[in-house]
Amino acid sequence: MRWLRYLNQWRGTAKEAFDQVSIVAKFLCLLHVTDRYIISSTHVQGPSMLPTLNLTGDVILAEHVSHRFGKIGLGDVVLVRSPTDPMKMVTKRVLGLEGHRLSFFADPLVGDDSVNVVGDNVHASTDSRNFGPVPYDLIEGKALLRVWPLRCFGSLR
Amino acid sequence: MGIQTLIWQVTKKAFTGGIIGLTISDRFCSVVPVRGDSMSPTFNPQRDSYLDDYVLVDKFCLKDYKFARGDVVVFSSPSHYKERYIKRIVGMPGEWISSTEDVIRVPEGHCWVEGDNKASSLDSRTFGPIPLGLIGGRVTRVVWPPQRLSKIGG
Repeated sequence: MRWLRYLNQWRGTAKEAFDQVSIVAKFLCLLHVTDRYIISSTHVQGPSMLPTLNLTGDVILAEHVSHRFGKIGLGDVVLVRSPTDPMKMVTKRVLGLEGHRLSFFADPLVGDDSVNVVGDNVHASTDSRNFGPVPYDLIEGKALLRVWPLRCFGSLR
Repeated sequence: MGIQTLIWQVTKKAFTGGIIGLTISDRFCSVVPVRGDSMSPTFNPQRDSYLDDYVLVDKFCLKDYKFARGDVVVFSSPSHYKERYIKRIVGMPGEWISSTEDVIRVPEGHCWVEGDNKASSLDSRTFGPIPLGLIGGRVTRVVWPPQRLSKIGG
């Protein structure tokens, strides 16, 4: 019964292959969850957050925990999905909190969970002064610290 | 200790399962219940709440934010960020929507959503156009109850 032996060999190899693939799959899922729900690194560039962020581009670490618990406060630098182009993420500072989001007695009919975000470089920034207050749920992360370039490593001013 | 390793094994399996499930739910599809009758008769054609429809929400559309007029989408409320609604897109960016008094242009990056049951729906007629970034997925099928299994849209 030689073909039986081949079948068993094939089954052994298939199981090995499946185990390896599932390790990779589990790792990719872990990467996704970490990147989306815990912490991620983002390359940001542009003049709108000068002098806090450099013109030529910085890599910053952003955490994705605070905004899920409503813990975004005035002065926080946040990653926001642009209301004018959902494919773009912009980095701005929170300069205004509207509505009853922080109060415990939210009136369900009147609440307005939106946030005013403004770039530090007011001369070269398209932000809430242009597109109005941003719904809170467009916030995707809060900047934690800058990791590149190395000479500017550390928390953002 | 046998019990300790058993608990550890179960925890590991649960953790792995949770992570895989979360990834699938974020990137592929998820199943959500439809509450309320704002999308009647497309969803929940009867008022009994124990017969709520469950729908399949596709997440592939979020890669490029490719939506079209007529898509039924799940999105976070612009005024209460913890609440999620299911409505139909009736206006894409650049299109004109006629409301009671005037004609409104849907801004870039936004869309106009309305419930199929116009009499009982809190939608863009109240809170205005919503940014496309608030959308969390597109409804493709009804998956429960079994007699209402159907494909939504073309």
